[in-house]
Amino acid sequence: MQQIIFFFIRNKNFLLFAVLFAISVALTIQTHNYHNDKYISSANYITGGIYTFRNNVADYFSLGKENEQLLQENLMLRKKLDQFKEVVNVEKLDSTFLSSKFTYFTARVINNNYSKTKNQLTLDKGRKDSIKIDLAVISSKGIVGIVSDVSENYATVQSILNTQSRINAKLKNSGDFGSLKWDTKNPNIAQLIDIPRIAKIKKGDTIVTGGRSTIFPEGILIGTIKDFHLDNDDNYYYVNIDLFNDMTSLEHVYLIENNDAQEIIELEKGVEDEEQ
Amino acid sequence: MKNNDIIVNIVRFIVLVFLQVLMLNNINIAGYINPYLYIFFILMYPLDGNKGLLIFLSFLLGLSIDIFEDSGGVHAAACAFIAYIRPVVLKYSFGVSYEYNSVKIKKADPMERLTYIASLVFMHHFVMFSLEIFSVKHILLLLKSTLFSGIFTIILIVCTLVLFNRKST
Repeated sequence: MQQIIFFFIRNKNFLLFAVLFAISVALTIQTHNYHNDKYISSANYITGGIYTFRNNVADYFSLGKENEQLLQENLMLRKKLDQFKEVVNVEKLDSTFLSSKFTYFTARVINNNYSKTKNQLTLDKGRKDSIKIDLAVISSKGIVGIVSDVSENYATVQSILNTQSRINAKLKNSGDFGSLKWDTKNPNIAQLIDIPRIAKIKKGDTIVTGGRSTIFPEGILIGTIKDFHLDNDDNYYYVNIDLFNDMTSLEHVYLIENNDAQEIIELEKGVEDEEQ
Repeated sequence: MKNNDIIVNIVRFIVLVFLQVLMLNNINIAGYINPYLYIFFILMYPLDGNKGLLIFLSFLLGLSIDIFEDSGGVHAAACAFIAYIRPVVLKYSFGVSYEYNSVKIKKADPMERLTYIASLVFMHHFVMFSLEIFSVKHILLLLKSTLFSGIFTIILIVCTLVLFNRKST
């Protein structure tokens, strides 16, 4: 007994180190699983508050650029509205009677990283503003990521620049589906895999989100094709995409909630249960 | 440890965490090179201080960075590791004499000092990036990040040392 106690006393530094190291590795592995409840994340009261403070200061430096972007977006929306007016008589419609499958929220990015292999963003809206896990995040230029964790006032987003992200995407022209991933090399270039070799594909084609997920609405812009080649088995294309979004400077983003998501997921789950 | 040392170390801890998360993590030269100056705290921890306490404080230091960075526990693991290995590195860079309190990191021979800083910085970066990247496929990225970020960190640490040394003399 005495020897055991002596052993502990003699190696107390090593044991302390081993325990702390094990805890940190466990925390690391836990963040590698998407969707686990995270205890250690920047979506908490203190870190969120500090990041918000920093952004309140830093926001002024990019005001000009942000305004320009908002103007561009307004212009685009106005054009679309005019086209829409030609088809439908809008005056008769009241927005309260218009029901949409999607609900939109706005948020500000208070922390953004893009130099790691598993990048996350932090937003200044949380559960209090009815933000939930799995909402789609886009900016005026295109796709950004998916909400992975929410706290009372803040939310973290798994960026598309994350080796664990897989997002359903398609070629705008031909409608062929593939999945979007990231190879960690360049924050402006993502990859599209699993495009079948029979697909008609050419440089400069636009890539948009496909409608096959309950998270993203169909047709959100992603990027244009930079180059492509067949993969090792010659069955699928491996496509490099120039992203529309500059992921290194994000300020304001939109969150999209699919109001039917719950229903679709339950329905699909029911089918799976029957198969078992 | 003297009273004065305790205050200096507490202030250093807080200032370094804030400096790291508010400024240094956003430098991103060439997209991925960042200096990790916060381990300055571990390097400069008094040589006669309690080793167990250092390991625990380093873990806390790393964890605070992790919470801001959303990186799980990669900084905490790397910090606990270099805090544990520090006595060994001290011994081979300064010789055994450091144990008798005759060596001061700020006033040691420049070459010995550089060996000490560089060994700990590279070890820290290697552990941190291995855990963060967590895949054999990206081994090249791991080595590249370790090397370039490591060099950047060393330069910053040496600059900090020079700056604060001048003030105290």
